[in-house]
Amino acid sequence: MQSLIHARGLVKRFGDFTAVDGIDLDVAPGEAFGFLGPNGAGKSSTMRMIGCVSMPSSGELRIFGMDPVRDGVRIRGRLGVCPQLDNLDPDLTVRENLTTYARYFGLSRAEARLRADELLDFAQLRDRAASQVEPLSGGMKRRLTIARAMVGDPALVLLDEPTTGLDPQARHLLWERLFQLRRRGVTLVLTTHYMDEAEQLCDRLVVMDGGRIVAEGSPRSLIAAHCTPEVVELRFAEEGDHAGKLAGVGRAEALPDRVLLYVDDGDDAVAEVHRRGLAPSGVLVRRSTLEDVFLQLTGRTLVE
Amino acid sequence: MVSAMVAARLSPVRVGAVMGRNVGALRSGPAYWLVVVSGFFEPVLYLLSIGVGVGALVGRLEVGGGRVVDYAAFVAPAMLAVSAMSGALAETTFNFFFKMKYAKTFEAILATPVRPVEIAVGELAWALVRSAVYTGAFLVVMVAMGLTGGWWALAAFPAAMLVALAFGGVGMALSTLMRGWQDFDLLGTGQFALFLFSGTFSPVSDYPAVMEAVVVATPLFHAVELVRGLAIGQVGWGLVGHAGYLVVMAVAGLAFAARRIQRTLCA
Repeated sequence: MQSLIHARGLVKRFGDFTAVDGIDLDVAPGEAFGFLGPNGAGKSSTMRMIGCVSMPSSGELRIFGMDPVRDGVRIRGRLGVCPQLDNLDPDLTVRENLTTYARYFGLSRAEARLRADELLDFAQLRDRAASQVEPLSGGMKRRLTIARAMVGDPALVLLDEPTTGLDPQARHLLWERLFQLRRRGVTLVLTTHYMDEAEQLCDRLVVMDGGRIVAEGSPRSLIAAHCTPEVVELRFAEEGDHAGKLAGVGRAEALPDRVLLYVDDGDDAVAEVHRRGLAPSGVLVRRSTLEDVFLQLTGRTLVE
Repeated sequence: MVSAMVAARLSPVRVGAVMGRNVGALRSGPAYWLVVVSGFFEPVLYLLSIGVGVGALVGRLEVGGGRVVDYAAFVAPAMLAVSAMSGALAETTFNFFFKMKYAKTFEAILATPVRPVEIAVGELAWALVRSAVYTGAFLVVMVAMGLTGGWWALAAFPAAMLVALAFGGVGMALSTLMRGWQDFDLLGTGQFALFLFSGTFSPVSDYPAVMEAVVVATPLFHAVELVRGLAIGQVGWGLVGHAGYLVVMAVAGLAFAARRIQRTLCA
């Protein structure tokens, strides 16, 4: 099947700074695809190129088989974009935000009204339809932004950090809405730095760092390839070289507050820890997550 | 103009949608209306205080070709041009800048099929609507006070619209260069200087030669001359030159603004 998004050697430069440094991508119709990476990894720049707002500096990019440079208008007509920061229109009501946006896609007034009604239900905002945007909660604004992205009945929806800054309830409600879109066959492309979000939503993802793709695969396969099945977290009351005493048990990583032990079987490892005479004050055995993969691949240095 | 639109492949539907957004914003509350209404009264107050008040001291004025008019009839068309200018500028400077820089309105629009040039044209067309309301109302005042009449009043209206396009286009271009609200103080000062010295309250031929040369180069002078010529029925080939100056302003301003929107928001 033809790729919805096809990129080869895609590069975006801003002056001397290279934000995206030659990436290859293929996203198939119906897929939920994620970009994972720390701040400054090049995720948003890539999304803006896919959204046909920003033009590639070099490399090849095709969206729906079309060239963004020549067919930007047609491509954008089939896209829905949910930006990182809500840019809802503060001068308009909730409903007008949808109807006005529908007009940008060329819908007639009557079509726009119908569409707005559907989407108000989808976003569970019908009782706030006449409200201004400002008093809405963060979760409501996000849902409205996603509903707005849907006005053109897009085949592909781009979501840039869709749940950043939301409380857990709002996040789960939003995920549930995104599942609904997937069930309708809409292709989702999202960026996130929440590992649980990537595991929840994405069939396939790439990890970006420094403008390059450093890993690619399904959440499970990435964990399998770049991490052990289980992780043991050990906390110690007194300081000391605890990690040094764990040689041979598994790869140990000493953090300021705890030691992480990457192992195949967590319970076996804990037993071994005790056999060696170590007395951790806290022990947690857990399955490894994308977060472990992510930190493995991009390092623990704080990126700001 | 039509051929330029075809060349730029403008979609009337999308341009209309950009304007429609502003109609929606108009319904959002009384704050916007207050601003719009206050904008109408300013030139009326000037007309009454200076045109009529000071006019009583000045008496009648020779306007060339042996014609003599009341001072108020001399000032009124200038105020008409000024109201066309300030109506368009209010929309393409403050409001435009806010939408571009703070509300991220244009960023949201550019994610849709709408193109930067369609935003620029839609916003300018909207500024023209606001300006049309001001100048239309002001013309009614002029006719009611007997300061212009009949067909000349009708001829002055499209001239005022051209003034609005010219200042709207340039205002929008300047807005794309503004760094913050402090720059608007500069714009306000410039606008006030134009207002005082563009042959608005006295014929430019009364100015010292150097100053006259400077004034003749500035835009409001051409706007005032064009509108006044038509409002008082003093028509000559010179009006074509004034109109040409304004057309260049409108087209250049619009093209520059569209280019800047593209470069700033589609980087």
